[in-house]
This record gives sequence, C-alpha cells and structure tokens, in this order.
Amino acid sequence: MTPEELDQIAETEREQQSRFTQRVNVCVAAGCLSCQSQSVKDALDKEVAQRGKKDHCQVKGVGCMGLCSEGPLVSTSSGVLYKKVEAADGAAILDSLEGDPVSKLVCPTDVPFFLRQKKIVLENSGVVDPDRIEDYIAANGYTALIKALTEMTSREVVDEVTRSGLRGRGGAGYPTGLKWSTVSKSVGTQKYVICNADEGDPGAFMDRSVLESDPHRVLEGMLIAGYAVGASEAYIYVRAEYPLAIKRLRNAIRQAERIGLLGSDICGTRFSFKVDVRLGAGAFVCGEETALIASVEGKRGTPRPRPPYPAMEGLFGQPTLINNVETFANIAPIIRNGGEWYAKIGTEKSKGTKVFALAGRVENTGLIEVPMGISLREMVFEIGGGIPEGRKFKAVQTGGPSGGCLPTECLDMPVDYESLAKAGSIMGSGGMIVMDESSCMVDVAKYFMDFCMTESCGKCIPCRVGTYQMHRILTAIGNMTATEQDLKMLEQLCDLLKHTSLCGLGQSAPNPVVSTLRSFAEEYRAHIQEHKCPAGVCVAQSEGETA
Amino acid sequence: MPSYVAKPIPPNQDKRWKLVDATIRRQGQQARGLIETLHTVQEAFGYLDAQALRYVAMSLRVPLSRAYGVATFYHFFTLKPAGEHTCVICMGTACYIKGAPQLLDAVQRDLGIRPGETTADKKVSLLTARCLGSCGLAPAVVYDQEVAGKVATPAIREHLKKWTTQHDA
Repeated sequence: MTPEELDQIAETEREQQSRFTQRVNVCVAAGCLSCQSQSVKDALDKEVAQRGKKDHCQVKGVGCMGLCSEGPLVSTSSGVLYKKVEAADGAAILDSLEGDPVSKLVCPTDVPFFLRQKKIVLENSGVVDPDRIEDYIAANGYTALIKALTEMTSREVVDEVTRSGLRGRGGAGYPTGLKWSTVSKSVGTQKYVICNADEGDPGAFMDRSVLESDPHRVLEGMLIAGYAVGASEAYIYVRAEYPLAIKRLRNAIRQAERIGLLGSDICGTRFSFKVDVRLGAGAFVCGEETALIASVEGKRGTPRPRPPYPAMEGLFGQPTLINNVETFANIAPIIRNGGEWYAKIGTEKSKGTKVFALAGRVENTGLIEVPMGISLREMVFEIGGGIPEGRKFKAVQTGGPSGGCLPTECLDMPVDYESLAKAGSIMGSGGMIVMDESSCMVDVAKYFMDFCMTESCGKCIPCRVGTYQMHRILTAIGNMTATEQDLKMLEQLCDLLKHTSLCGLGQSAPNPVVSTLRSFAEEYRAHIQEHKCPAGVCVAQSEGETA
Repeated sequence: MPSYVAKPIPPNQDKRWKLVDATIRRQGQQARGLIETLHTVQEAFGYLDAQALRYVAMSLRVPLSRAYGVATFYHFFTLKPAGEHTCVICMGTACYIKGAPQLLDAVQRDLGIRPGETTADKKVSLLTARCLGSCGLAPAVVYDQEVAGKVATPAIREHLKKWTTQHDA
C-alpha cells in the first residue's frame, strides 16, 4: 500500500458513490438493531430492487446516529431523518426521496440535541458503512496514518499529540502525549499497544458505539500510536458482551490486512504492525490497566501495585501503551488537522470533545458528543430535552460505580475533568445517567456498592471486605434498621477504602456514597431517624436482597 | 518445553474439539492463550465442564488449578449447562432506575429460580448482566441472544410463559 494507492481507492469509491443520486442510510448499530433496523434495511433493499433503482439509489447500513431512544433511525440524501421506522415504511420513504417527507416519521433535526453537538470522534458515525474499509477511506480515512508515516518522525507525532492537550478518555484524564512520550522513551525488546475496550461501567456505551460505527478509526489511531512509540504488536481488549463490536472489529482488521495497512512494511516504510482482538470475560476490574494486562496474558484479572507503570513494564514485562477506545479515535483528526486545532476546542485544561452516553430519566437518550466545558444543565435540559412526564430533576450520575451523583446545585458547573472531580464525581468514561425524584439516593448508593462488592477481585482486603461491610450498612439503611452508629461507620469506611485499596476500583468505590452523603444527607437521615424513604423506593424490613 | 510431552487426547470423539485444538494451536500452545481457549470451548459446548478444563489445562501446560481459577474468576464463563432458553435481564444503571429490579422480581417469582439458575425442567435459565450497553432502550432484556428494549413486566411474563408452556416436539 502506497499513498498513491490509497488515493486511488478513495477516488474510485467516491466516484462510485457519486453515481448514486439518492441515498438512504439505515442505522445498524446495536441500539437500532435491537428494534429491528435490519428488517427495515432488508425491506428498503428489496423495494429498491423491485423498482429497478439499484443503480441510482443506495441503501447503506451505517453506524449510530445518536438518538437511540427513537430508533430505528433512517436518514436520506434529501436531508431528512426518520425515527421509529418499520419495515412497512420502506416504500413510503423511497417515495419521499422525490417528494415530500413522510410526515409521521420525521424526526426534527433543528433541535438542541443535534445542534449543540460537536462531532470529532463520531464524525463518521451514521455516515460511513462500518463493514467497508473503502467507505472509511473515501471519508479521508487512513490519511492521518499516511501523513504520520511519510511526513513525520515518531517524535513529531508524539509532540503533535502533546500539543493537542488530549487527555485519556477512559476516565482518569492522564495526558495522552505524556503517556506516549514515556512509552516511546522506554527501552524494551518489544513494545505493545493495547486498546482498552473493556467498557465496564454500567450505563456507558460510548466505546461500543464507536467500535460498531467506525472500527477503522480506532485501528488508525492505534497504528499511529504504534508508530509513535515504536510498537509493532497490539491488542484490543473487548468485552465479550459486545458481539457485534467484536465482529465488526475483526472484519476491519482483516480488511486492513488485505490492503496492506496492517502487516509488515506499511506504506513502503519499515513500520510493521499487527493487531489482535482479545475477549474480556466479564470482569469489571479488568478496566484497570494492570488487571487488563494480566487478563491479556491469560491470567485472572487482578491488579498489581504501580509502579512499575505499564509504560515501563507492562504486557509480558515489556513497555506497553494502554489507551481507551475514544482516546484512539481522537488521534486521526489530531494528526490530520494539527494539535493546535484540537487545543482550540474545550476548556483550558480539558481539550477537545467528549462522548457521553445519556440515559436514564431523560427525554432524549442516546449518544452525544459535546465540547468540554459545556454545562450539565445544557446537557440534561437542552440536549437531553429535560425530564419526561413533568417530573423534577434530582441528580445526574457520572463515572459509573467510581463516580458520584451531582445534585441540582451542580447543574451550572462546566463539564471538565477538574470541575467534576471537585464536585465529588469523576469524568469517567462518559456514562451520564439522569435521575428524577422517583429515585432514592440511598438505593442508588446501595446499587453501586453491590456492583463494587460483586466486582471486587478479592486481592486486597480493604476492597474485598470493605465493600461488603459498606453494602451491609447501606442495606440496613434501606431496610430502615440502621442507627446513627452505622452511619458513622459508613463514613469511616469511605475514608478507609479510598486510602488503602490497591487499585482504582476499591479507591473509588466509596464515591457514590460520599457524593450522596454530601448532597442528599437528608435522605439518609429520613431513612435512619424517621424510618421513611422520601422517594418511596425502600421498604422497611424487606426480605433483604433486591439486586 | 521438553519435546517428549505428548499432546493430550481430546476427552471424546466430538468434532467440536477440533475447534478447540485450532485455538490452542493459534495461541502457540502457550499459557497466555488460556482465556481465548476457554472462550472457544464455551462457544462450542455452551459451558466448561471438568473434562474440558482438564483437557485445556493439559494442552496449554498450565496447572488445573489455574484453569479452574480463571474459569471461576470471570463471570462470562459458566461451569453448568444452560437451559434450553436463556433470559438475561440487564442490571445496568439506566435499566436499574427504569425498573429492571421489578422485572427481575417478577421473573424470579414466576420461575421460582434466582439469577444464575435454571428451572428444574431445564427450559429456562435466568441471568443478569452488568450492562448490555443498550441504555437508550432501558430496561433491556435478552431473550436467547435477541435484545428487546423498553420491556415491561407483562411483556416479559408473556415471553417466558411461551417458553415454559412449550411442549417438546
């Protein structure tokens, strides 16, 4: 594969696509597929064939268009977005390409949900066919890789990423450029790149969506990373619970290998790179980098103390670069447009955009990408469309089991790494769950503690025993049998876990409790003193286990 | 590795062991391929039984305790065969606050089993998931690999009833 050959592929593909005067894109990401979008696509295909329009009307399966709650979504070349489409609507949609839109299916796109977003990571989602590398190449795919390989030294690539100010999108926000530079300077016989796609936070589906909608974007980011740090082997660690993402990823790897974008001597340079998929097996702790490495090595996923950091001693004892899916997906546009372009977006310390999975008690649920620094209020009430059924907003939960619940007072806070941490939550990987007055905060805290207790790997005692004890107390509070003494103990345990656990799972497990104790103390008091649950969720002396 | 270690013989004549052997070969018969190999076994046979674990451990030259440790550490692996049908209820945060616990309660009552168990007639297995990533469709349920969104209690009851009253053909 030479740069000229890549251009040739792009040219041919664009020319082929320009022959179609009409286009219908059907979302075939997991969200819409589970509301039968495949049958919609099949119906459209059949209808086009019947009408003999195969040569000038293209029906394409594309990635996620964002508004998952209104699926299946279909967009057309006449600029209309249709929601809740059924297979029977196929004919009407094809008719509409030459006339008026099908009014009962139209989904307005001039609303804040679409207008307030800024797409970088998701720019190809809902546009390109995730199963065809040619389509990705026609959308300027792999040009960043070519640019890096032919015009830049690996040092310059690292500098460009550093200049962009990109920070790890897995949640902790470690500067990506710094990580790359550490790995590139580390000495080892073989370096590795690992893409962390073990999206374990309940309520988060950004990585799944990116992998399903635009797998080549992630591969391109990994290739550039490999070139920058001097690695020639890479692994993508994906949750086994994401079969579609795994299938598309494997397909993407095969396609890239076939045209020589993966393999040896890529683009006539001496750079070689191979990527392999590793399946997770359902352990939340494997999102922690040292546990993930153990899992890739075929062992139980238990973390180990750091240092040494994986950048020095990682997979098989060699220097290893681990980044999240979304981080890798940001790389190609940074190399293409320059680090300075990227650094102009966002806030002073948090650059660029962030993809969030908006879910829970909110009108518009789905996937959104917004510039850093946007306020929570804008996200929940403008993009999210507010709380359904005229209920009252209560809290928004970010960061999954490691994050916290942010109350009404925090709504005007900008969303960036520092502000969220200051408010007692974390950015996390991007799950954002809106809760209304029907949710009990004690119950929510108990839910997350149950999660951490089950997912604790058992290696260190503070986490293994501490989460159990905290869950026991929270259950007692929910059952209205707890005392003031228990509450004090709960607070002490929060402190203990935070400071003495081995890895991030245990250290952050108290966050949901700490943040709800801080903002919703009166709810805890109502349970303990008045034996009442203000939201009406907890029942006194229920038979115990609920989840 | 000393070359006199003979390649273990599959527990029986089942053709599916060929798939397992292929994965073992692809992983270079090395210990690092343990999880990948167990995935293949589970995909082929539906679960990991003692003889499968023993065979994989011997083939990859890892102690049986390690194979068993890995198989029990990860939730995805199961050591028991599943029922004819499986019903997975998502317990992710979005599903949780949109009523997944009520769904689970109803199913537990109807079937008389807890998550991770199979009904006595081996018809239905009940499982819970940490998060399916279908949060936009909360609460979500997977009926035999097929995801259903915005599931209400009557709907899940109806679906399970179809399974449990089905007669063997």
